[in-house]
Amino acid sequence: MRISLFVPCFVDQLYPNVAWSVVRVLERLGHEVVFPESQSCCGQPPFNSGYWDDARSSARVTMKAFRDAEVVVGPSGSCVTMIKAFYPDLFKGETDELAARELAAKAHEFSSFLVNVLGVTDVGAKFDGKVTFHDGCHGLRELGIKSEPRALLANVKGLELIEMCEAETCCGFGGTFAVKYATISTAMDEVKCASILETGADTVVSNDSSCLMQIRGMLEKEKSSVRSLHLAEILASR
Amino acid sequence: MASQSSDFQTLSRRYTADKGFRAFIQKGMSGYYKKRDQNKANFQDWQGARDLAAEIKYEAINHLDKYLLEFEEKITARGAKVFWAQNAEAAREYILKVAKENNVHSIIKSKTMTSEEIHLNDALEKQGFGVVESDLGEYIVQLRKEAPFHLVFPAMHLTRRQISDLFQKELGSEPTDEPEKLTMIARDIMRRKYCEADMGISGTNFAIAETGMISITENEGNARLTTSLPKIHVALLGIEKVLPKLEDLSLFLPMLATAGAGQTMTCYNTMYAGPRQLGEPDGPEQMHIVLLDNRRTELLADAEQRDSLGCIRCGACLNICPIFKNVGGYSYGTTYGGPIGSVITPHLRGLKDWKHLSAASSLCGACTEACPVKIDLHHHLLQNRRNGAKTAPNPLEKISFGGFSLMMGHPSLYRLASGLGRIFQPLQGLVNGTILDPLRSWTDSRKLPTLAPQSFHEQWKKQRNRKL
Amino acid sequence: MNGGRAIILGRIREALRNNPAPRPHTSHSQSEAAADHNGHAQREWLPKVGETLPERIDLFAKISEGLTTEFQRVPTMSAARHLITKLATESQWKKIGSHSHQDVDALLEEIELPIVRTEKGYAINDLESCDAGITGCDVLVAQTGGIMVSVESAGGRALSVLPPHHVVIARTSQMVPDLTAAFEHVKQKYGKQFPSFLSFITGPSRTGDIERILVLGAHGPKRLTVILLD
Ligand code: SF4
Repeated sequence: MRISLFVPCFVDQLYPNVAWSVVRVLERLGHEVVFPESQSCCGQPPFNSGYWDDARSSARVTMKAFRDAEVVVGPSGSCVTMIKAFYPDLFKGETDELAARELAAKAHEFSSFLVNVLGVTDVGAKFDGKVTFHDGCHGLRELGIKSEPRALLANVKGLELIEMCEAETCCGFGGTFAVKYATISTAMDEVKCASILETGADTVVSNDSSCLMQIRGMLEKEKSSVRSLHLAEILASR
Repeated sequence: MASQSSDFQTLSRRYTADKGFRAFIQKGMSGYYKKRDQNKANFQDWQGARDLAAEIKYEAINHLDKYLLEFEEKITARGAKVFWAQNAEAAREYILKVAKENNVHSIIKSKTMTSEEIHLNDALEKQGFGVVESDLGEYIVQLRKEAPFHLVFPAMHLTRRQISDLFQKELGSEPTDEPEKLTMIARDIMRRKYCEADMGISGTNFAIAETGMISITENEGNARLTTSLPKIHVALLGIEKVLPKLEDLSLFLPMLATAGAGQTMTCYNTMYAGPRQLGEPDGPEQMHIVLLDNRRTELLADAEQRDSLGCIRCGACLNICPIFKNVGGYSYGTTYGGPIGSVITPHLRGLKDWKHLSAASSLCGACTEACPVKIDLHHHLLQNRRNGAKTAPNPLEKISFGGFSLMMGHPSLYRLASGLGRIFQPLQGLVNGTILDPLRSWTDSRKLPTLAPQSFHEQWKKQRNRKL
Repeated sequence: MNGGRAIILGRIREALRNNPAPRPHTSHSQSEAAADHNGHAQREWLPKVGETLPERIDLFAKISEGLTTEFQRVPTMSAARHLITKLATESQWKKIGSHSHQDVDALLEEIELPIVRTEKGYAINDLESCDAGITGCDVLVAQTGGIMVSVESAGGRALSVLPPHHVVIARTSQMVPDLTAAFEHVKQKYGKQFPSFLSFITGPSRTGDIERILVLGAHGPKRLTVILLD
């Protein structure tokens, strides 16, 4: 299958290795990966802040970049939610509503794509360590992704998954919320990190780099030895 | 004058900084989570029940005129008086008039958030009517001259020690740290009040159109006493509370109990069809129903958010909300706190002053998932943000998102900026965490990620792009 | 005088006119007209209730335990009388409240305490000073462990809530599976002549308002006894 890679802007800027990991896993499974270079940002930051006109201009770039794609896969529950769940709302009544719906239909979050579209749960990965999984809210509640990453992790050799009590509790990121209401965001981060540490895991994994940025930010500040990795990075390792 | 928004910032920071308080609230909730989950599991299909509840509310709210008229007709036929109050003032005045005309001396109330909404106690007290809250939690906050902290658990922010001190000071009781003893102190006082009171004011959880009844849900028995012993019963309800059929309660009563308190059913679920009827031994001689609009019709006119009128005030969205659990009930400055309050307050009290509540959310969606009637809460927060940006944009935000969309709308600009970002990142290190750092609110508690030496775009171009 | 009736109704109609709300997203196929359902639809989703009477009684007993309702099955009325006499002695009742009701009257035949009867009206303080209120009920609800009372079956509004101990007598024929059945019973029994008060009592009065710690007997009865006569 020819897969068009959607790389959210902050993954592009901060975590290119996550995108490469997706490329490696998909290529290893025998698929062709293309990267439409005219993509920029899905438009979520202005969308979430209420500036829908601005969000639409970003979104139009994304829609154009992927117009001819067969399927679009991205390593972020949150940014894929923007496309899959929110583009139809954002463009409701606009001339490009149909284009928005078309992109929504063919866009997939990485783990969900592997399990639900390709039917793969074992990608032949190997990772030695105890990990705990954080469910990003968007992936979990907007896209209903819960079992997919776990099914994939279960087949990683050497990996032990320990669930944390607060797996489904928000890490407190929420985009500009994290800066506008930093005290509340931090308090939420504390709850999340305490729950991660409670498991005794050495690595926290998620399918959303934005959550990981928030979690990692606190773990590093607190000088914790717990690492944080994107699910794609785990699946790419062998 | 400080704005509502800066009040929220100040109060939410103060509460959130108090780790002991946060732990106390969390501990209070933990028992509830366990029981709620057990009770949900007892349902053959909780999701199916939510779907049906949402459907019934949809039907009721979208034919509100029809069901209200049916309700009015049926309960009037049973001897109740129905008063339609356009706003808080009309509701207060009507209740005052009833109290005056009947020479009322002593008023007892059971829990009603609607009366908080219209500031009824203040109005009654100003006119010289003594009012006592009979629900234990409400009584405690009344003695403290505070508003309820939570829709369902009004005094959950207080420790038994604080309550004991309060009772000692206000009631002259002996100090004790046993919740049981404290409860009995209130019980004894309230017993005398029930026997004396000549007017009882209650809220309403559901109004039934088909039979002309109101239904009141409670655990303590105070609402039953409030509506049984005094000679006048005034029931206050928002116009949105009406359900089509009596049988609808067989779904809503267990769902309210499960979502709200983690119970199979609350202790008392009582349906009142009018005042005392001929041949009945007790009950009030008069029953007054005060139907309150108070801008609910504005919410009704917003088709996108109309479903939020289906709220049964169970509090489940507050209980699960990570924001509520950190900032507590008082930071909001609203009658209805938590996610539902953040959704509806801009409609009930003005978008301009209350839109910040919709911004104070990570949009995690836990509220929507918890809501027994499937109100699309976190998406409504998004819509409020959109409406707010449209009518009263924040100038700074408008400029930055304008710049943002300019950049993101032009892939080449985006790549130029991303290059610049990498040049400037080391400079941020110089000011990191100081007052000069624009990202200080992040860096105070979290390390900032570092930009990769090369973006994925650049790396891909180098390694893969065959055109080069 | 009915206040702003016309204005409010006008606003409602204006708000709804040509302005349809999106239907709720539902994962299950619901009947199109929820308003027309008869209460049976929800049985699919609500907690399961056994098919047979013994199963239902067992369920009621199990839930009662969780609620701290004292549930007592007795084979005969004389056993029930024995039980109430024992309760009266143990709890040192000095005065009780009751009402005119076939089973209640039969139950209290051997009780020699002063009785405040409510059916013709009563003094509030007199009832308040009773140690127990003895009533009948409309039905028992297996699904919730609840007791449905009304003005008629429980001697008015206050008898079942004012005294600190509420004792209910019921027969196994009064056991219904769920709330829907309880409402059907009400409609059948009373037609359009509903009593002005109907209540589901589910366990003794309680509160969790202080540190979310359960305390029984907040304002209503601390004890609730259900005597089920076979
Ligand atoms: S919005 Fe839903 S969860 Fe929140 S109080 Fe209302 S009914 Fe309960």
